[in-house]
Amino acid sequence: MTSAAASMASGLVSGFDESRRTAPHVTIRGLSKRYPDAVIYDNFDFDIPRGKLISVFGPNGCGKSTLINMIAGLVPADAGEVLFDGRPLSRVKFGYVFQNYREALFPWLPAFDNIAYPLKLMGVPKAERKRRVERLVAHLGVKIDLALYPYYLSGGQQQLVSIMRALIVEPEILFLDEPFSALDYEMTLFMREQLQRVFMETRTTTVLVSHDLEEAVYLSDYVLLLSRHPARVVEFVPYDAPRPRTDKTLTESSFVATKAHCLKLFQQEVRRG
Amino acid sequence: MTGRKEIARALLPLVGVVILLAVWALVNGLRLVDPVLLPSPAATFRTLWEGMVGGKLGVDFVRTVVRTISSTAIAAVIAIPLGILLGSSEKLYRSVEFLIDFFRSTPASAMFPLFLVLFGVGDRTKISVAAFGAGLVILFNVAYGVMNARKTRLLAAKVMGASRTRVLFDVMLLESLPQTFVGLRNGVSLALVIIVVAEMFIGSTDGLGQRVFEAQQLFDMPGMYAAIFAAGALGYALNLLFLLIERRFVHWAGR
Ligand SMILES: Nc1ncnc2c1ncn2[C@@H]1O[C@H](COP(=O)(O)OP(=O)(O)OP(=O)(O)O)[C@@H](O)[C@H]1O
Ligand SMILES: [Mg+2]
Repeated sequence: MTSAAASMASGLVSGFDESRRTAPHVTIRGLSKRYPDAVIYDNFDFDIPRGKLISVFGPNGCGKSTLINMIAGLVPADAGEVLFDGRPLSRVKFGYVFQNYREALFPWLPAFDNIAYPLKLMGVPKAERKRRVERLVAHLGVKIDLALYPYYLSGGQQQLVSIMRALIVEPEILFLDEPFSALDYEMTLFMREQLQRVFMETRTTTVLVSHDLEEAVYLSDYVLLLSRHPARVVEFVPYDAPRPRTDKTLTESSFVATKAHCLKLFQQEVRRG
Repeated sequence: MTGRKEIARALLPLVGVVILLAVWALVNGLRLVDPVLLPSPAATFRTLWEGMVGGKLGVDFVRTVVRTISSTAIAAVIAIPLGILLGSSEKLYRSVEFLIDFFRSTPASAMFPLFLVLFGVGDRTKISVAAFGAGLVILFNVAYGVMNARKTRLLAAKVMGASRTRVLFDVMLLESLPQTFVGLRNGVSLALVIIVVAEMFIGSTDGLGQRVFEAQQLFDMPGMYAAIFAAGALGYALNLLFLLIERRFVHWAGR
């Protein structure tokens, strides 16, 4: 109480609202969505925390993609409201990474121009676009020949280009829908490290849909477990192992326990249906 | 080793040509067919060469090229923007789909009398019938190219904040390019067919069609074969030209 009052006061004094640092980033209220044969969301409420990486995990077809697509405005909601720090989506810079990188990148543009395309849409001049892409490349330590067309790159490299295209606008929130599920295992492991690195470098609020529980726990600060549709929050499971997480993390007791807990809830949920 | 293999591979397409010429020379040499009907390869290619360099055949060749290219160009200028417009709205396309399919299925040669009434005997009729036929083929392909643009790519542009016009020009247009080139190649082939037929039968004084027809009337068989080969070479070259342009501009097709 007192600390809240104190931060209010300091906010008034310094002009900086301290509470914003801990307040949820995205607030979802009363979200509803139905398709002809099923109600996917019915009055769904949820808060996405700021600067965290959350994984969304749940049974097949429970509405994971539908959730992030509604938040990102790709699919219209029937009812409800999604606000980013109180603002509507139209005033927010966000990034979205599709599962199918082959169909999401523009094959007629070299990788470099693919990454710069969102800046072009924003009317950023060419020299500035070049500078910003180069800065991002250096920041992430990416070693890909970006003069190549996407179809000359490997699957992982293409998905990395997609992620960079999403990051180039310095989004305040990043959505990824099963970004690695079309990659082979070796590439998937490599890309997990890349994503962790991107997150550690940028601390962008990140929502990752994953169908791989190990990946979901390993990468995230919280796992959002959803039920069968109409989807409810089964549990919002925290996992706070320090970063960078490594292969060793996978054998630590806290990781094993968190994963086992999630698996138990998931199986209960699957059996229930 | 590999060098020799590569040369062998490059020469492979010539095998058929050599066999055809050998059979032709043999049939001619053994007089299996009346030489008046089937002159020797040498005589035929001499006539072709002499006709093409400085002879009347060269003039006719150029006339046919000009007509075919003009009709394809007219067709493209009208059909490409129209195809994009129709393709960008599925409802719009569905509402005229039957008309397009109907006229696409109507033999263009059946339209000659109508166009003769409209434009009289002359180049305008030939070129407009060919443009009509080629235009429908191009229109159909462009519209389908735009309609079948990958949904993920359109969504990707949309989430990045592209306006409807930006999506149209930056994504749909490029997505439809491979299909547009299919339309252009089919269109130019059809235009050539229509132009050659028109040159034969619609009071023409020049062009490859007229050349073939006249050679037949005069029973000038080497001249007739030469004109047929010239027409074949033209059709092949036009197709190749469009393929090369396509490779250059649509480098991503099929990747
Ligand atoms: N356009 C649509 N029309 C009708 N039903 C749809 C449509 N899109 C999704 N659905 C249904 O809504 C439900 C949720 O779909 P969604 O794609 O969000 O699930 P998901 O959790 O992402 O599944 P997956 O694990 O397969 O990725 C599914 O049962 C699906 O069949
Ligand atoms: Mg999904």
